[in-house]
Amino acid sequence: MNGLVYLRNVVTLKLDQQKCNGCLMCTIVCPHDVFAIENKKAVIQNKDFCMECGACEKNCPENAITVRSGVGCAAGIINGLIRGTEPTCDCGSEGSTCC
Amino acid sequence: MSFITGQVTTSTGAVPQISTIWSNRDVLDTIKVRWSVGRMNYKVEPGIYAVGTPDENSNVFVTANFKLSFDHLRRALEGMNAWVLVLDTKGINVWCAAGKGTFSTKELIRQIDRVGLKNIVNHHKIIVPQLGAVGVSAHEVRQITGFSVIYGPVRADDIPAFIRAGMKATKEMRAVKFSFWDRLKLIPVELANGAYYLILIPALFIILSGLYPKGYSIDLAFHDGLRSVFILIVTYLTGCAVTPALLPWIPFRRFSLKGLLTGWLAALLLMYFHVLGQQTLEIISWFLMMGSLSSFLAMTFTGTSTFTSLSGVQKEMKTAVPVQIGMAGLGVIGWILAKFIVL
Repeated sequence: MNGLVYLRNVVTLKLDQQKCNGCLMCTIVCPHDVFAIENKKAVIQNKDFCMECGACEKNCPENAITVRSGVGCAAGIINGLIRGTEPTCDCGSEGSTCC
Repeated sequence: MSFITGQVTTSTGAVPQISTIWSNRDVLDTIKVRWSVGRMNYKVEPGIYAVGTPDENSNVFVTANFKLSFDHLRRALEGMNAWVLVLDTKGINVWCAAGKGTFSTKELIRQIDRVGLKNIVNHHKIIVPQLGAVGVSAHEVRQITGFSVIYGPVRADDIPAFIRAGMKATKEMRAVKFSFWDRLKLIPVELANGAYYLILIPALFIILSGLYPKGYSIDLAFHDGLRSVFILIVTYLTGCAVTPALLPWIPFRRFSLKGLLTGWLAALLLMYFHVLGQQTLEIISWFLMMGSLSSFLAMTFTGTSTFTSLSGVQKEMKTAVPVQIGMAGLGVIGWILAKFIVL
């Protein structure tokens, strides 16, 4: 990751290993190599690499993973505060969107 | 549509056939979009397309209807016979659209149904870009449509290798990188993001520059104003271009601290060349303003970067934003006061 790691110990990612069926899906969808498989069960190996995108949670058929997913974007958070919504990357008005 | 070269006939009707080669126009449009020109309306019609002469056994690749996403996919399919299923993501790329919920389980199911994919192919596999997994739930798609989602590589360029390996992506293909070159490509959009503030703030500085103890001077507005604008431009470039480009090599994990550091280094450089003025108060004020602005701009790059989490950015902003506002406020007050202090 050569220096491209964000803040430590803030990520909301949680894995309930009891529920895991070892399907490997989380290791496939994660863009930052957060998960590994040990003894046919998923483990979180690089928690601080997680960017809370939510792909693992969405693709876990056993609902073993939870994460508060959202955009890690300062402008999006400011937008959300101004409009009183969740952080959003909709910078413009409805229909005009950016990222 | 320059990329449509013909059509192929299927049991559900004619499907447009697309080229795998970028025309000069595609290249030019890509450059424009990278500079934010027409970015919000760079779309492809959603639906099904043919690459080469696909049949009922050919692979199906899913993508977003942002033309840049579509272009990268069709270019990667050079020499293959395949189907391309374009989802309606309102012209947003796969990853962002998945995060926003337009590249979604629901939309994928809708398009599979709408184009009659079951009648076009006789297998049950669709290849979805891995980053689409943020919005697509593979097991739900399978339950509802019968199609199994196979997550392809992150980058379309890796598709040929992925297919050759029997639809297996290597660890390398699964990882999102954020190389120097990747960051450079994103800098133009960062620069263009300032929008009308790029005119408004320099204009205010030019107007205020005319103030002096005995009233207002157009001459001063011109000379001091241009100097101020030059300083602002340097700061803007520091926050929006230099900091992102050098990101991993600048100390600190927080983007706001990275920006503060580069902003102050730029200020030191300008001070060395006497650009920040002669008065101590003005110089201090510039340090406050430059640090604040560069820090803020660097912080907004969290949204462009590929590894920051919502929890992390919220934590960072909690301390960074009050400090940035305080520094900017004190800086502006100090800078104005400096105009009324006679040495």
